[in-house]
Amino acid sequence: MSETPLVDELEKGPWPSFVKEIKKTAENMEKRAAQGMDIKLPKTARALLKQLEISYKDKKTHWKHGGIVSVVGYGGGVIGRYSDLGDKIPEIEHFHTMRINMPTGWFYTTKALRGLCDVWEKWGSGLTNMHGSTGDIIFLGTRSEYLQPCFEDLGNLEIPFDLGGSGSAIRTPSACMGPALCEFACYDTLDLCYELTMTFQNELHRPMYPYKFKFKCSGCPNDCVAAKARADFAIIGNWKDEIKVDQEAVKEYAKWMDIENEVVKLCPTKAISWNGRELKIDAKNCVHCMHCINKMPKALKPGDERGATILIGGKAPFVEGAVIGWVMIPFIEIKKPYEEIKEIATRTLEWWDEEGKFRERLAELIWRKGVREYLKVIGKDVDVRIVKAPRNNPFMFFKKEELRPSPYIEELKKRGMF
Amino acid sequence: MVKTDFGPPKYDTMLHPIIKRNYGKWKYHEVIRPGVIKRVAESGDVIYVVRFGTPRLLSIYTIRELCDIADKYSDGYLRWTSRNNVEFFLTDEKKIDALIKEVKKRVGFPCGGTWDAVTGKYGLSNIVHTQGWVHCHTPAIDASGIVKSIMDELYEYFVDHKLPAMCRISLACCANMCGAVHASDIAIVGIHRTPPLPDDDMVRRTCEIPSTVAACPTGALKPDMKAKTIKVDVEKCMYCGNCYTMCPGMPLFDPENDGAAILVGGKISDARRPPELSKVVVPWVPNEPPRWPTLVKYIKQILEAWASNARKHERLIEWIDRIGWERFFEITGLEFTEHLIDDYRITPYFYGELRTSVQFRW
Repeated sequence: MSETPLVDELEKGPWPSFVKEIKKTAENMEKRAAQGMDIKLPKTARALLKQLEISYKDKKTHWKHGGIVSVVGYGGGVIGRYSDLGDKIPEIEHFHTMRINMPTGWFYTTKALRGLCDVWEKWGSGLTNMHGSTGDIIFLGTRSEYLQPCFEDLGNLEIPFDLGGSGSAIRTPSACMGPALCEFACYDTLDLCYELTMTFQNELHRPMYPYKFKFKCSGCPNDCVAAKARADFAIIGNWKDEIKVDQEAVKEYAKWMDIENEVVKLCPTKAISWNGRELKIDAKNCVHCMHCINKMPKALKPGDERGATILIGGKAPFVEGAVIGWVMIPFIEIKKPYEEIKEIATRTLEWWDEEGKFRERLAELIWRKGVREYLKVIGKDVDVRIVKAPRNNPFMFFKKEELRPSPYIEELKKRGMF
Repeated sequence: MVKTDFGPPKYDTMLHPIIKRNYGKWKYHEVIRPGVIKRVAESGDVIYVVRFGTPRLLSIYTIRELCDIADKYSDGYLRWTSRNNVEFFLTDEKKIDALIKEVKKRVGFPCGGTWDAVTGKYGLSNIVHTQGWVHCHTPAIDASGIVKSIMDELYEYFVDHKLPAMCRISLACCANMCGAVHASDIAIVGIHRTPPLPDDDMVRRTCEIPSTVAACPTGALKPDMKAKTIKVDVEKCMYCGNCYTMCPGMPLFDPENDGAAILVGGKISDARRPPELSKVVVPWVPNEPPRWPTLVKYIKQILEAWASNARKHERLIEWIDRIGWERFFEITGLEFTEHLIDDYRITPYFYGELRTSVQFRW
């Protein structure tokens, strides 16, 4: 009779099973340790399965609250995790996670991956997540005393790996595959993401802010890394001029595609017309939503005046509510060495660091302080593209210099109210 | 001396030579069959990207097998997608079938997870999710077990292109949402339904009382300075669990009352319709390990009601916009309850006039 009848149920069915992955790890680790390999935690994967079975029976987690652990010189990159079943299952008393900064765009050589596997076979549970929600490679489960040697071995690999972000720090920036594989990319997402990662190494490894801060880079409005909803600082590729049309390629699609119903009628601003011979796009009315380009990738391309839109404040519900990022910079050129964007990011971080309350994400700070103040911080002018519509209430702040001189103002001055 | 702050390996050292050579010079792509994307460069170079679903939680021994396969078929290069799928790069179209067979045989991963906007036939991608009972200290539900149970049931949609539009399913095991599922077509969120039970001794030993009190979004916490602990106004508490995140002395786990809420109609892409937050349509489903049959049934019910009624390219929220929420509840057979009326005091709609879309005119 199996020790884990409940979780065993999840080995069945057509979808790949995480339980099989845990068992496979346990069997291999135990076998290889028995053969004399230097494996520090051969029993951890098996122990995890035992704890999971208890959780499945109890319908609750058995992981205790936090605990601060890290490696020398860093304040983050490791999530401390202890079991409340440590007395029953000692192999799982410590089960700390290491976040490893993935190569931008999640591209790997097998050599890089094998290096990671070798280190984690020696110092950890042998279990990973490819990848965590933010994008890091997740090494699941090791003991406090193995964190430092594991980190050092990662750094000494022929293709070395560093830790990612955790806690109240800049989190590991992520990017879509961008120009590496996609014809829609309006800027080099991989390069910008890598440059931001390298610029903010200190802020990534040493938590110093009110809460977490995420950068994400998507090459076009399709937003394959969901930056708009998840990143405090989302950089979404966009363009200003007209969509490039290859009429011959459109005609090829027209041979079998219902262009009228699937393209023309689905354009959100009705900017497209098709007369059976020519596809016309009213550039003044196009809002660059990508639908027509997604439909006809051989015929339509984003224009030449390319850059990005920056949305600020995207976040999940904690603490005050979920936010989809707000357009703060409708268009910015993204050119190496990315000085302008780094400057805007730096000013944003400094302001938030200075003004933000404990556990206040950037959106919540802007909410409290007002968009006008944030725009001043980053030195950007207002633009109608920042709003869906102007405000619907008349409660506006006016600056002193906007007011006309008057006896009333004199009275205010006299009373020290001006 | 230990090296620090050296960052990740540079991306350009990780790229297949064909990808490197045609970087930024791709002409178009075609989805030639479910799971296989043909990418053609301006130079005429062609690469076939073949995608497989994974359980996200992977053994190093599986990763090594994926490496063996990549060495054999894709010149030693591979990639993961933002939704936990793994991809191989082939230059020879004739090897695709052998690759699919070998991946299936060695690691059991199915080929699929793609969609073809051109023909308007869409597959279901993988479910992005969080840690749940495998590794997290605040979850109200498990993550991997629920995802496995749902994907077993929706498997046919992953390996084929049978859906009318894109559908993103995501799961977060608590409202902290490290999985950030709040803008998904279908989202599953772990919720608690009971206020925290302060452990006075633990609060005294481990918590900073003012910052814990300040972390409550509804003002339900009051410091009890005399007793050096925290009091909960149970009328105001909405069980978000933020106080527990701040302070181990505020646990709120109740196995019989924790469970999942289901949200629908979120989207992130700007295609056609601007991004949108997901909305709650099922307030609570109990935890039913190991296979969560009620939750799985609801998800399938929603997905299939949409799939069989939506027009081509109509995502869940676009379908709902057309037919109305009245009809959505009627067709899906879900019950509209009082819980679905928003009574959270603070909502981001305070700033509802700010643009949350990159759609604008120049």
